[in-house]
Amino acid sequence: MSETLHETRLVVNGVPHSVRVPARRLLADCLRQDLGLTGTHVGCEHGVCGACTVLVDGRAMRSCLLFAVGVDGAEITTVEGCRSADGGLGPVQQAFQDCHGLQCGFCTPGFVTTITAWLRDHPDPTEEQAREAIGGNLCRCTGYQNIVASVLRAAELTREEPR
Amino acid sequence: MKPPVFEYHRPRTVPEALAVLAEVGHDGKVLAGGQSLVPLLNMRLAAPRHLVDVNWLAELDEVARDDGGVRVGALARHARVEHDRDAVEAVPLLGQAIADIAHTTVRNRGTVVGSLVHADPAAELPAVLVLLGGTMELASAGAGPRRVAAADFFLGPLESALRPGELATAAWFPAPPPGSGSAWVEVARRHGDYALCGAGALVELDQDLRVRSARAALISVGPVPVPVELTDAVGGQPHDAADWAAAGRLAAAAVDPEDDIHATAAYRRHLAGVLTARAARAAAAHAAARLGEGAG
Repeated sequence: MSETLHETRLVVNGVPHSVRVPARRLLADCLRQDLGLTGTHVGCEHGVCGACTVLVDGRAMRSCLLFAVGVDGAEITTVEGCRSADGGLGPVQQAFQDCHGLQCGFCTPGFVTTITAWLRDHPDPTEEQAREAIGGNLCRCTGYQNIVASVLRAAELTREEPR
Repeated sequence: MKPPVFEYHRPRTVPEALAVLAEVGHDGKVLAGGQSLVPLLNMRLAAPRHLVDVNWLAELDEVARDDGGVRVGALARHARVEHDRDAVEAVPLLGQAIADIAHTTVRNRGTVVGSLVHADPAAELPAVLVLLGGTMELASAGAGPRRVAAADFFLGPLESALRPGELATAAWFPAPPPGSGSAWVEVARRHGDYALCGAGALVELDQDLRVRSARAALISVGPVPVPVELTDAVGGQPHDAADWAAAGRLAAAAVDPEDDIHATAAYRRHLAGVLTARAARAAAAHAAARLGEGAG
């Protein structure tokens, strides 16, 4: 039996796309397989690890818990969209480099997207708030200390950015 | 780890959604936030033949405060309710409990009504609805809306009184009376994970700041949220010196938890007592503070 395909429009990192996908195509798989944006990582596939976190209309969500058809018309930001305007590292990415916030890097895209969205509402966080902000993302390498430091550094860098 | 094949429906109005749900009956499942449903699909623990996506029903995207409480439409996400000042001012327990639901990323998509309909015995909101004595509003094709009291809605683990073909359109959370306060506490193995045990408490004080009534509702210690009347243990006592430990003992005696890989039944019972005492004490302090604000 062939599955029905659904015309689905997504604006990903500012670029409009139109894809024909089965209804059960997860947004994470659509980004990776249909659009070739493999920065979004797929870890647990049931909403626990946070590696696949993307921004949907600006809000951080698990792309493994969304169907692509279910966000038809939405604006999606992936880790590829978290770079700076000149194409270099964005403030959150730069902070991870400065603070050694990653080791193997598998979980990092989910952290970068989550923190990018969170800093918009919390421009000057405390360490405790920074820890709470990343509570939904698992990292098996770092022990989190350097990721918390990266959140605080990213806040600094974001505040310094010209607006 | 990929969902099974299903037929996807995207109704644009509530009547259209009800027509689809009536047609697909037992084979249909409503998709709202999907934060509980999609993991079940990904793990192939559920395989509905039809998914009815209600995310385009803008008319259900509402949070409205009325004289008696807060009405939450089926499309209102956790995060929206959590940050709605009017809603959490009228029903503080909503904000207190939602803050403990998973993580921000999940709360950005998951819905309050979806969590209620999912009826997970480890979920916070069913206990909140039971504790406050709220109501579910259910709609179906060719019939008037049906209202079901919280006490009658939760039937068992992942089992509610929602009938095939019905759509839960809203939940109504009554505002607690003046002079009352609330609190939510829980213990989980990992931050944001399902609670091993959780307790919500609602305490009402009189003019002299003595306990007029106290009750709690507990999660993860039974097939449905467990309401416990605490007034016998603390009624008439001063809010800052009441025997909260005795209230906790009432709760520990009222629950019948089971062993699983996460905790023994005995540990869960212990938590039920400790968390009830903690929540009730905090609720009394909250009530006293609110009375102070009212007086000042």
